[in-house]
Amino acid sequence: MKVIVCINHVPDTETKIKVGSDGKTIDPTGVNFMLNPYDEFALEEGLRLRERFQGEVVALSLGPEAHKETLRKALAMGVDRAVLLKDDAPRDSWGVASALAAELKTQAPEVILFGRQSIDYDNAQVGTMVAELLGMPSVGVVVKLEITDGAVLCEREIEGGREIVDTRLPVVILAQKGLNEPRYPSLKGIMAAKSKPIEEKPAAPADARVVVGAMHKPSTKGSGKIVGTDASAVAELVRLLHEEAKVI
Amino acid sequence: MHVLAFAEQREGSIKKSSFETVQAARGVADKLGARFSALVVGNDIRREAAALGAYGAERVLVVEHERLAAHSSTAVAQIIAEVARREQTTHLFLPASQMGKDLAPRVAVKLEAGLAGDCTALHVEEGEIVASRPIYAGKALLTVRVTTPVKLYTLRPNVFTAKAGEGTATVESLEIPLEENVFSAVVRELKVASGRPDVTEADIIVSGGRGLKGPEHFHLIEELADVLGGAVGASRAVVDAGWRPHDEQVGQTGKTVAPTLYIACGISGAVQHLAGMSSSKYIVAVNKDKDAPIFSVADYGIVGDVFEVLPALTGELRKTLGK
Repeated sequence: MKVIVCINHVPDTETKIKVGSDGKTIDPTGVNFMLNPYDEFALEEGLRLRERFQGEVVALSLGPEAHKETLRKALAMGVDRAVLLKDDAPRDSWGVASALAAELKTQAPEVILFGRQSIDYDNAQVGTMVAELLGMPSVGVVVKLEITDGAVLCEREIEGGREIVDTRLPVVILAQKGLNEPRYPSLKGIMAAKSKPIEEKPAAPADARVVVGAMHKPSTKGSGKIVGTDASAVAELVRLLHEEAKVI
Repeated sequence: MHVLAFAEQREGSIKKSSFETVQAARGVADKLGARFSALVVGNDIRREAAALGAYGAERVLVVEHERLAAHSSTAVAQIIAEVARREQTTHLFLPASQMGKDLAPRVAVKLEAGLAGDCTALHVEEGEIVASRPIYAGKALLTVRVTTPVKLYTLRPNVFTAKAGEGTATVESLEIPLEENVFSAVVRELKVASGRPDVTEADIIVSGGRGLKGPEHFHLIEELADVLGGAVGASRAVVDAGWRPHDEQVGQTGKTVAPTLYIACGISGAVQHLAGMSSSKYIVAVNKDKDAPIFSVADYGIVGDVFEVLPALTGELRKTLGK
């Protein structure tokens, strides 16, 4: 089975976001970047598919040179190969999806895995767009995946429950936390990853379909009042919620 | 110009987030001077579809198909795109629910449309929509414009107002032929989790963190949530520790929420948690540590022990709410 896992390189969740000098993107000064957290579940699932069905797992990322750091992590976790579609300019979801789809088409994988969304732009669009571009079914927010003789059974999270979805190969799966417990790269894996080549290709160009006007920080309302320091404050709290905030 | 709003139904019932989407899209249509229709897709759903009249849809299009008694993302995306083509839709709106987020990217590709996802505000400036959308789980906001002839937007649940009015709808049935191969992903079964609402849809959320000291104490959170008819939320720390299921996790690697009232109990307020909940309308924090960052976003705080404050609060609310 050929599996391709599409991964992204994003600011650490602990990052405090500052708006950059262009007013449209973040100021990357002092920001730690890491493998998108949901993509770890996608990578782990890809590795497990290889353990079950043999074949090859490839990690694919689109972005500048810095994405190699994240591709190295994928190699350290155990993927066979890593490919960077190199592009320095920011892209919208369409721009990323169309270039990934163009590359994926030439590779013809049976399973394409993504994280459920990238935690930077939170679009949750690229994986499903890729599926549509390749004429494949897709299942988002997947917490359970079973593949038997080309038939695919997924459990995906929806509001207040789960959907059990029947689909088939080839398929695009968007991994949610809970799908598996991602492995830590072994020391041997980390050492081996250092010497593995990362294949580099130009990303296919695409016109933007969504343009950014400005990025700004949300208004902060500032601290409110401390109602009390023990259980005796609850009566006053309930009164405030009822009469001042009018929320209960 | 034509504005079309897709209203999601599951097992025959239309959700609040779809009423919000229909009403917001209708408002935009009026500002653009565009025709407006809502669209409902499913099986035997005409009566439910008529309810959209109360939210400003005078014309509701219905596509019914026996096989759509079970949801199929691939088939429904095909239907939405086909209806938009027939209606010469210029602006298409979907709720940014799990279903909407699954459909919109497919429809966008089919219609060669740009997609502004998870919008929290829409402004019409000189006949053009400027949308705001949170990024980095709410640590920043972007204003965006869609530049393609057909434009798609998904609207975040719980942000736009849904207020039923006196309006009524004319329901029109459309026939859309579907080939077998569009049913390539089909929902076999729907499993409903707990009786409580989901954190992304709830008006009130009671969340617990490490201050609860163990999973066995989360009944304190559940009892408070139940008195208020709210959802139960959790911090990443307690989800990672296995105390709570991850579908309750609020924050950057969990769910971003915007309830009317968010009660954070024993949660210190890590950056990634604050990002996911600080757009809540009112925030209450209960924490022993007066310097906990959660107090910097709270409207009301009690610096105290959750094991004393929570039972007292639940008791007081029971009295006040007569439960």
